[in-house]
Amino acid sequence: MSRIGIFICHCGENISATVDCARVAEESGRLPGVVHSVDYKYMCSDPGQRMIQEAIREHRLDGVVVAACSPRMHEATFRRTVSEAGLNPYQCEVANLREHCSWVHEKGESTTQKAIDLVRLLVEKVKRNKPLLPIQVPITKTALVVGGGVAGIQAAIDIANAGHKVVLVEKSPSIGGHMSQLSETFPTLDCSQCILTPRMVEAAQHPNIELMTYSEVEKVEGFIGNFKVTVRKKARKVDEKLCTGCGLCTQKCPNKKIPDAFNEGLGKRGAIYVPFPQAVPNKPVIDTVNCTFFKTGKCKVCEKVCPTNAIRFEQEDSHVTLDIGAIVLATGFQLMKTEAFPEYGYGQHKDIIDGMQFERLASASGPTLGAIQRPSDGKEPGTIVFIACSGSRDRAKGVPYCSKICCMYTAKHAMLYKHKVHGGKAYVFYMDIRAAGKAYDEFTRRAIEEDEVSYIRGRVSRIYEEDGQLVVKGVDTLLGGMPVEIKADMVVLATAVQAQEDSRALAQTLHVSYDSYGFFAEAHPKLRPVETNTAGIFLAGACQAPRDIPETVAQASGAAAKVAGLFSKDELTREPIVAVVNRQAPPLFSTCVGCFLCQSACPYSAIESEEIKNRAGEVIRTVARVNPGLCQGCGTCVATCRTKAIDLQGYSNEQLFAEVMAL
Amino acid sequence: MNERFEPKITAFVCNWCTYAGADLTGTSRIKYASNVRIIRVPCTGRIDFMLILKAFERGSDGVIVSGCHPNDCHYTSGNYHARRRWMVFKEQLEFMGVDTDRITFSWVSAAEGAKWAELVNDVTAKIRALGPHEAFHALAGQGIN
Repeated sequence: MSRIGIFICHCGENISATVDCARVAEESGRLPGVVHSVDYKYMCSDPGQRMIQEAIREHRLDGVVVAACSPRMHEATFRRTVSEAGLNPYQCEVANLREHCSWVHEKGESTTQKAIDLVRLLVEKVKRNKPLLPIQVPITKTALVVGGGVAGIQAAIDIANAGHKVVLVEKSPSIGGHMSQLSETFPTLDCSQCILTPRMVEAAQHPNIELMTYSEVEKVEGFIGNFKVTVRKKARKVDEKLCTGCGLCTQKCPNKKIPDAFNEGLGKRGAIYVPFPQAVPNKPVIDTVNCTFFKTGKCKVCEKVCPTNAIRFEQEDSHVTLDIGAIVLATGFQLMKTEAFPEYGYGQHKDIIDGMQFERLASASGPTLGAIQRPSDGKEPGTIVFIACSGSRDRAKGVPYCSKICCMYTAKHAMLYKHKVHGGKAYVFYMDIRAAGKAYDEFTRRAIEEDEVSYIRGRVSRIYEEDGQLVVKGVDTLLGGMPVEIKADMVVLATAVQAQEDSRALAQTLHVSYDSYGFFAEAHPKLRPVETNTAGIFLAGACQAPRDIPETVAQASGAAAKVAGLFSKDELTREPIVAVVNRQAPPLFSTCVGCFLCQSACPYSAIESEEIKNRAGEVIRTVARVNPGLCQGCGTCVATCRTKAIDLQGYSNEQLFAEVMAL
Repeated sequence: MNERFEPKITAFVCNWCTYAGADLTGTSRIKYASNVRIIRVPCTGRIDFMLILKAFERGSDGVIVSGCHPNDCHYTSGNYHARRRWMVFKEQLEFMGVDTDRITFSWVSAAEGAKWAELVNDVTAKIRALGPHEAFHALAGQGIN
């Protein structure tokens, strides 16, 4: 007969407000095999944990059910607690009375009854729990950082400074990300590239960092400490080792009419190009879609002018497989395109641009060398309208969330405009000014009070062209909904921050969760903000949610600290939740009949075949065997097995059927 | 006075998506019907159809199976195995006398706390309308187990 102990937690009032904890303890105490049942205010507190440990010793418990918050919160805590009292940690189960019961139901008999049921199910399960030993696996102490924006750069530098190898993979030809496109940064108005480029160079020169630009992660296998990552290195068509970055090819390329993505389409570049002057690495790439040689078979001007013979037209994409211990995702965001706004002309008006395009106009390295000129005719706009919340907080656009950075960068844009066009008039249409952050509100106030930017609280319903100007029709809600009409020379939409187009595909490659907008999901919204639900994969920056630079950098350092913590050990303890194939004494040896259906179901190729031999060395049976290093414990094989010869430790047939039988 | 029928609903949910999603429902304090009892499995691929049959036998009036969305399975493909198994076993369950309308397959991700509440409420209302699964409970009582 089992000797089970039950510990019902009140969680302050979180559980006891709707669940009659004393009654749950009392009724559960009458279950067969239960020898001890109590309730207490905070089971996770020191006295609560001591209470469990004393009960284990006093009542010689061989199983414990703690009924408290979600096992995803405190399962590890209570398992440690019981193991300190000499019980195997896997003899402890946590019933979820808080997230799955007290928080989601009203106070009453049915809620208490549900709590009693949940405890009973796990009592039946824990009676059948077997002591398990954790599995030790070695850790490969190399980190992979995906995305070379400020988040990825910061994470890579921090991990490298902690003494570990880092591979930084960036899909575009240079690291730097969106931050390298920005002109100035809020709330200090310091030049973005001036603060970023030293970090870019540091990352490139760091002995522990290997840069892989113009590369993409294609496949990820394995698990924490032991990932195998396949990276596709896209062909630059340039031998990076020979190229000195002299730039002759980019100057001489005859095809200079290609819209420049780095300048958000506002400038032009050649078919062989370096995205921007401070690019790291400063090595050009041939855009094979637009290159005359790749289109017509003639040209090769770049090859002729290259002093080091570094041009390689025949270069193909290559694949590299890396052994990686931890992964930091820092893939950033994209802005909603102006094409998404029918009310603002579907992106057809050249002088309606988005925030990033304005950054390029205002940037000294941009297409206008920092002069504010409208894209249509190059004239300096005398009146400019900024529209905040373009797409953000707009359910109709599928973006009910706040993009967070727009209030601040719109204020910055308006200020930059006023600083460059002294006599100009700047209007900002806004819904609310959300300027929470150190020195942020002061910054927006400065835009309004010192730089005399006119803030109008209201939405813009329509923009249309008239006599070479844009008529902006809106409303001023602070004047009781009075219609406002402004004839503007240029309009800047602070469009919504969205997840990268390929974020879902990447999440699926890595098996990390993502939310309905495509942002990667953190393991816990408050307490585990830089981890994903997949062990060994961490998050930094705007790939998780809209973020500004200080937050991104802080999160990147946080993710790096998590990686460094993981790498501080040589071996990793893994949960022994793995499948095992039945083996027993002769003459049966195993109930496995060797059909290997499990092998075809296993997503990890963890199932091998094993030959059972007699004393003469002759093979008498071939059965399945699970490689515990590869098995991740999904249990798909268990449900597939015809003879129930394979079972999952921790979620065995016996345990799950016992739970169901207790319903 | 007629008492409202309170169906017994059993939910088999995967640890990574729906269990976490149901946790989020709790964290967000979204209220839903208390008829459901959750059984945690690592992956919907782990769900042996005998578990579902037994759940009905033990008096469940409805069963929910919920895991990760297609392509999002923590274990790559377990949810596909669950779906395929459902296609195969559906007829068998019908043959055994289980009303397959009482089994609801769904996908609830770790970020869909509200969807979990909605799912439980919808299924509870649907099963309440169907009434107790007496036909099968009676069969089970005759000792098919």
